[in-house]
Amino acid sequence: MIQSASDLPLWAAIIVAFFVLVGAVLALIGAIGFLKLPTFYERIHAPALGTSWGVGGIMLASIVYFSVSSSRLAIHEILIGLLVTVTTPVTFMLLARAALHRDRAEGNGAVPEKHRPE
Amino acid sequence: MFPYPILFVSLVLMWLLLGGFTPGQLVLGVIVAVFASWAMASLRPEKPRIRNIHLLPKLFVIVMIDIIKSNIHVAGVILRSGAKRHNPGFLTVYLDIRNEFALAVLAVVLTSTPGSVWLEYDSNDNSVLLHVLDIDNETVWRDTIKNRYERLLMEIFT
Repeated sequence: MIQSASDLPLWAAIIVAFFVLVGAVLALIGAIGFLKLPTFYERIHAPALGTSWGVGGIMLASIVYFSVSSSRLAIHEILIGLLVTVTTPVTFMLLARAALHRDRAEGNGAVPEKHRPE
Repeated sequence: MFPYPILFVSLVLMWLLLGGFTPGQLVLGVIVAVFASWAMASLRPEKPRIRNIHLLPKLFVIVMIDIIKSNIHVAGVILRSGAKRHNPGFLTVYLDIRNEFALAVLAVVLTSTPGSVWLEYDSNDNSVLLHVLDIDNETVWRDTIKNRYERLLMEIFT
């Protein structure tokens, strides 16, 4: 039986609020970084905030909230964190290699050439 | 019956986490995991050989702490941008590990850590091109990758 949010004990409410805020603030800063950072290679760092502790904070808040309010361990959120962590590098690498390929082909920016072993 | 024990256990755990810890779900999960393991076996991927599994929690804790630190650092860089310029740059690191699984773990670790992204791996000379958001000190970055992560990964994977 899931209780309403107002029945949550104070200690749990503080923990949940803390982690939700940490996650949300990091995701917001990541989004701001997307907007403000000047080059592609710098912008690719911004969403890493949301996919590391952004997702982690909200995941921990969800675990604490549902574990306390339904009085049983709810840890399936770990799967979300795990799958996000494992899959985002693949997307990052695809995007980054596409950008590297384009910049090398067009010869723009200070992109390091593909070095060849002598 | 169980060609990939780690995969098998992970699949059963995932099934139980999603479906609830009941005997019925356990039976269903085991059946699904057995068939998935067989499907995996027909692809014949290389098996990971983990030598020192007790070092995995140590790696996990180190990475978590580093991710918290770099989250704070990158958030600071983004919020300050304009006032104080950060110094982005590319970095080529020559690695010693050649194990595919260790390389995959290193790629996930470096990419999940805000502030560094794994761009391109070259198996010819075992080098990797990284992009670092704030490259204050190149030797510190190299030292972190080589001594903090790579040495531990070499001990974990054979």
